[in-house]
Order: sequence, then C-alpha cells, then structure tokens
Amino acid sequence: MNTRRPPLLSASGLSVTYGGSVTAVCEVDLEVAEGETLALVGESGCGKSTLGRALLRLEPASAGTITFAGTDISRLSRAGLRLARADMQMVFQDPMGSLNPRRSIGAIIAEPLRQTRGVSVADALRRARELLERVGLSASMADRRPHEFSGGQRQRIGIARALASSPRFIVADEPVSALDVSVQAQVINLLGDLTRQENLTMVFISHDLGVVRHVATRVAVMYLGQIVEIADRDDFFAGPEHPYSEALLSAVPALRGDPSEVVRERIVLRGELPNPAAPPAGCRFNTRCAYATDLCLTETPALREITEGRMVRCHFPASDPDGRAVAAVDRDEDPIEHTAISSPTKEIA
Amino acid sequence: MATSPEQSSSGADGSSAAREPILSVRDLRVGFRTRSGVVPAVDGVDLDLYAGEVLAIVGESGSGKSAMSMSLVGLNRGPRTMISGTAHFRGIELISASERQLRSVRGKHIAVVFQDALAALNPLHRIGKQVAEMITLHQKVSGRRAKDMAVQMLGDVGISNPRHNAEAYPHQFSGGMRQRAMTAIALANDPTVLIADEPTTALDVTIQAQILDLLKSLQRELGTAVVIVTHDLGVVADIADRVAVMYSGRIVEIGTTEQVLYAPKHPYTRGLLASTPGVTGPIPASLPTIPGSPPMGAERPDGCSFAPRCAFVLRECATTPILASHDPSDSGHQDACWLGELTIPVPDESRSTL
Ligand SMILES: Nc1ncnc2c1ncn2[C@@H]1O[C@H](COP(=O)(O)OP(=O)(O)OP(=O)(O)O)[C@@H](O)[C@H]1O
Ligand SMILES: Nc1ncnc2c1ncn2[C@@H]1O[C@H](COP(=O)(O)OP(=O)(O)OP(=O)(O)O)[C@@H](O)[C@H]1O
Ligand code: SF4
Ligand code: SF4
Ligand SMILES: [Mg+2]
Ligand SMILES: [Mg+2]
Repeated sequence: MNTRRPPLLSASGLSVTYGGSVTAVCEVDLEVAEGETLALVGESGCGKSTLGRALLRLEPASAGTITFAGTDISRLSRAGLRLARADMQMVFQDPMGSLNPRRSIGAIIAEPLRQTRGVSVADALRRARELLERVGLSASMADRRPHEFSGGQRQRIGIARALASSPRFIVADEPVSALDVSVQAQVINLLGDLTRQENLTMVFISHDLGVVRHVATRVAVMYLGQIVEIADRDDFFAGPEHPYSEALLSAVPALRGDPSEVVRERIVLRGELPNPAAPPAGCRFNTRCAYATDLCLTETPALREITEGRMVRCHFPASDPDGRAVAAVDRDEDPIEHTAISSPTKEIA
Repeated sequence: MATSPEQSSSGADGSSAAREPILSVRDLRVGFRTRSGVVPAVDGVDLDLYAGEVLAIVGESGSGKSAMSMSLVGLNRGPRTMISGTAHFRGIELISASERQLRSVRGKHIAVVFQDALAALNPLHRIGKQVAEMITLHQKVSGRRAKDMAVQMLGDVGISNPRHNAEAYPHQFSGGMRQRAMTAIALANDPTVLIADEPTTALDVTIQAQILDLLKSLQRELGTAVVIVTHDLGVVADIADRVAVMYSGRIVEIGTTEQVLYAPKHPYTRGLLASTPGVTGPIPASLPTIPGSPPMGAERPDGCSFAPRCAFVLRECATTPILASHDPSDSGHQDACWLGELTIPVPDESRSTL
C-alpha cells in the first residue's frame, strides 16, 4: 500500500441514480490495488451494495468511469462484458434472491464457469463439487435445490459460485453475515488464502467490524453515497478520523474479557440517515455530527489526504483537536448521546 | 382441549408471580424428506420460554434454528416436512393446532422476523401496505389509522423518512432496510412472543444498537418474551438473559448469558467463543476454527454428533449424551457432554487452542 502499485480496479466520478432522484452513489473515486482487500463499511442504506454492483457493471452508472486491468469497462459491449465477468464476480447480499430456485446448486455454481470460460459440463460440475467442500458444505449436496438449505448454507453457495471461474476480483457483499463464527472463520481463512496465494483482489462489504479487522488491508467508510474516510486497516482501528467512523467503531457490541476495552464509550447517533434524494447542504453528516459548525452547514468538505494513504472528508478530523476545540461553538444541544458500555445494559433490568 | 388465546390471556398483566413458562416445547422434531433420506433438522428439542425474557439461540449454520422457529408457528408444514413433539402456548398446542387456530396466534401473539427478508416480503406490495395489512388483520382499526401506525412502526425501527419510504417496494430498499421492515411487521401487534431470526445481521452497528434497544424496551415495557437467533456473540452479550447453543438439531448447552459466554462447558461452545474475531486484541494470520465440518444432510453419527470434531472424545461419546446440569449449585446451566457427566475437567487453555 505504501509502494504504489497500479490499481487493478479504479473508479472515478462514479455515480448511480435511482428513479432520477435518489443518488445512491455520489461521485465516488476509488482505487483497489491487486491483491488487496478493501473493506467497505457504513450505515445501512448508505449505498454500499449499489457501489459494489456498479463496480462490476451490474448496476448502470449515471456518471463516471471504471477501469479494470487497464481496460475501461464502462464502455464495454455486452459481449466484452461477458468475457470480463470471468475475472470479476459478485457474492450477493441476498443469497436466496440470487439463486435460481429451479436449478440444482451444482448447476448454479458451475454456470459462470461454463458461460465465461467455456469449460465442459462435466469439468464444471467437478469444480462445483470441489468448491462446495471448500466452503464447508458437502459435495454430495450438489444436486439439491436452494430451498433445501439454511440461510448460512445459501450464503456459502453464493461464495462458491463467485469463486468458480477463479476470478481476479470479487465484490463480496456481506458474505459471512449469516454464518456462525466457526464457519465464518473457515470462510474468512479461505478468502485470506486466496488473496495471499492466488492474488485475489476483493472489495469486502461488511457491517461487522471484527470481521473487517481480520480480512481487510484497507477500510473505506461510506456515508450517504459518499466515501468519507479511507485508511489502512491498522490506522483505522487505531483511531478513526471521521466523526461518523468514530461513532461506528464505538458502537460495536463486544464480549467482555479483553482488558483493553473495559472503558469504551458508545456514541449513539441521534437522528437518522437523511433522505438521499435531498442530502443536507454542506457536509452530509452535519445533521448528526457532534462537531458541526457553521462552516459545515455551508461548505462541503472534500475527500482530502491528511497523511499518506489516509483520506478524510471532514473539516475537523480527530487528528486536529485544536480545530475541533475552536469548532465547539454555541450549540444548543449535543446531537449525540454518550453512554458507557463497559457494563452491559443488564443492570438496568 | 385447546382454548383460544383470548380466553387464557387474562392473567398476563406481567405481574403474575409464578415462573410458569409462556411457551413450553417438548421433544420437538423436524425432518425434511429429501431424495437421499430424511434430514433431521431438529432432533428432540426441549425448551421453556418465560415472559419478559430474552433468550438467544446461537449455533452452527444448519443446526436447525430456523426450522425450529418456523415449526412453532406452522410455517414450514408441507408434504416434505415431518414435525412431531409439543409446544404449549397459552392453552394451545401449536404443533397439532389447525391452520385456522394458528392464524389467530401468528403475527398477533407470536410474531416472527424471518432470516431471508427479501423472500419473506411480497415484492408486489408497498412496504407500508404490508405493515398496515398485518395491523388490520388482527386489530379493529381503520385503514387510514393502520397506515399511520405502520409509518410510526417504520420510524421506530429506524427507517428514515418513514412516510416517504412506506411507499417504496421491497426491491427499492437496501438489505438492512428490508430486515427492519420485517421487524416492523413483526412488532405491529405488540406480540407476546417475538421470534427474531437474525434480525440484525444486515445492519451496521449503530442501527443494530437501535434495534436491540427497541427489542429491550419492548421486553421491559410490555413483558414480551424475545427469542433472538443470532450468530453474533457480541449481540448475545448485549441483549440476552439466557442462551441456548444448538448443534446438529439439538441443544447442547443452555444457561444464563453469564454462564454460557463466560463459563462455557460444551466443547462446541468453547470452540465458537475461540473463533470470534474481535475489534481489539491480536490479529492471527488465520482465525482459529473448529476442525472438520458438521454432519450434513441425512447423515448423522450415532452418539454425540460433535464427536468427529471434538478434541476430548471418549469411549462413552458413542452414546448420545443428555442435556443435564452437572453442577448441583446451578441447575440452570445444562450441557449435553460426557465430560460433565463423568466430571472430567477440561483444561482451561482449550478455550483458546480449540
Ligand atoms: N432499485 C432501487 N430503486 C430505488 N432506490 C433504491 C434501489 N436500490 C437501492 N435503493 C436505495 O439506494 C440507497 C442505497 O441502497 P444500498 O442497497 O446500496 O445500501 P447498502 O449500503 O447496501 O445498505 P445495507 O447495508 O442495508 O445493505 C437506499 O436508500 C435504497 O433505498
Ligand atoms: N426444505 C428443506 N429441505 C431439505 N432440507 C432442509 C430444508 N430446509 C432446511 N433443511 C436442512 O435442515 C437443516 C437445518 O436448517 P435451518 O434452516 O433450520 O438451519 P439454521 O440453524 O437456521 O442455519 P443458518 O444459521 O445457516 O440459518 C440444514 O441442514 C438444512 O440444509
Ligand atoms: S465536516 Fe463538520 S459536520 Fe462534517 S463530519 Fe466534519 S465536523 Fe462533522
Ligand atoms: S460428548 Fe464426547 S464427543 Fe461430545 S462434546 Fe462431549 S467429549 Fe466431545
Ligand atoms: Mg447492502
Ligand atoms: Mg437460519
């Protein structure tokens, strides 16, 4: 990450608009280096899945370009795109909605391999069975249909399908959210092996920051269609810069027992994600930010590099305590609540 | 004879002192017929649920958590499903109850938040309408009033601009918004028992906290008993009073949250805890896992089904261990393992090396 390699995938000025009014993804610039795992985190509804799909051209962009391995895929024809798909795959967030209920899971997993790489039916099915084992299912289940599987089993079928064509790049949308921690650990280790041994590049969408910390090399935080922070994994977990990232990290429910986390303060965000059809003027986070000033109400902060490799979209990031102190102007109400979470809420009951 | 829930609900003002379970499940079995034989998804579960408690069910993917939840409200009945056992809820035996009886219970007294929100929502109806429908099904209110209540509910589960978003169709919602819409539908009629199957998996932590707070206040203010199925042990620590751990169709450990999370007994529970990736602490090159994989499909070993993956397996393990308390001082903490049965101590470091 310090040694700047040419990115495998880069997006520039990428926007996606639904129904002419909802800008779910707004002018995103993003580079993903070969072999890295970029985690995409952020509030529900902020546009993570939309961005992930748009990167693979599964969702039409309203503006911007996407370059993959030196090719501008935003202009590829249908046929060109089909070929490119062999190298770019998606694990969908809604496993059931993305699996054809009438086909066996063996056929479902084999399909991208046959379509994009022209492999024979028998070979594709053999590979499908092998992948079923690798994601912790059993090869003998290949002729069963999706409804015969549990939520977490379907999720793994989706992962196997995405890996079938040995892609160079995958967007994995909440790929382990329905798995119990022991299977989750297996799948995370599998993805980790693929990134290390086969140089797989991944955009990993997850709300589980514990998982993110174990799989990601870099973290990108989204808020209301925009990227508000990008940092190397360790820097991010050592201290997030953007006020939204700070709230996110503070709210992780955790098992106790780790002395380093006895005193953590949970920052409960008040209010809701604003309407993406009518985002606030100035900084999009200003309706919920504890540090918002008049400047934030009018001046839109740019995503700027504050230290090498670290970008933040905020006038007063955490590493600028003086700025924040000055910014603490006359506010009627602190827009956030602070509650200690060192002890579980149990004692209230 | 079964009575209607209305008749027997008189004493449920929350203050009735007796620790009578509100829902009592005995020897519940759910099997799915497949071409390769019967999959024993739920294999003899006994469970008591008390008013006002939050019971978390955790366990391996495919261990029967969803199958169990669905069978309690009769949602997986069908020619390929075999269900037996009993589940008593306010004078009704749910497993043998007629579809008509269940309809008066489902959504009103026992509500379920389904794991697969996209599959559970009707793609052709607006979200607000689906919530309002659940309200008018069980309450005598006008359509307009129901719609207002629906908007209110959507706001309560953290959907922004609820009035506007009530007009959206499911495909226009993000994954987490759908999950919250499902929760709104489930909460529409202030249920006595709420079964929430992975209600927060698609939610970022801030909204997750909001939903958990909502469930907690429900439980406090209305005495709702909440069964939450989740794989997130942080969520369990945050919200649950008791925890049941499922493995391969059976409950292998149950107790208070304190007991199960901080003094686990069953080797599977210990393995689960060791695999949890945290936001602090060292980052290993690969996460500890439990070797092997759970029994799949119709195949199921005799005796303890965890034996093929267990580091402590004994000769006795060829016989199925029963769920029982192995410590006379706390009968509430039970596990199904021969180690406890034979009082063989487990070295404590096994928790981190398993
Ligand atoms: N087909 C669609 N039509 C209209 N609006 C949509 C559509 N799909 C998504 N949206 C809206 O776009 C926004 C972003 O949705 P997206 O699914 O990308 O969110 P997300 O970050 O993946 O959320 P989650 O974590 O809940 O999955 C949301 O406000 C959603 O309502
Ligand atoms: N309709 C069906 N036909 C055949 N087998 C089924 C069917 N539904 C579920 N199963 C099997 O029954 C077992 C239990 O499934 P269930 O959905 O209850 O698991 P779960 O504990 O909810 O898992 P998860 O955490 O992954 O959601 C699984 O092995 C699954 O493959
Ligand atoms: S720019 Fe202002 S409102 Fe926006 S996050 Fe930074 S301090 Fe908060
Ligand atoms: S009964 Fe035996 S095999 Fe099963 S968990 Fe206990 S020690 Fe392991
Ligand atoms: Mg999403
Ligand atoms: Mg399930």
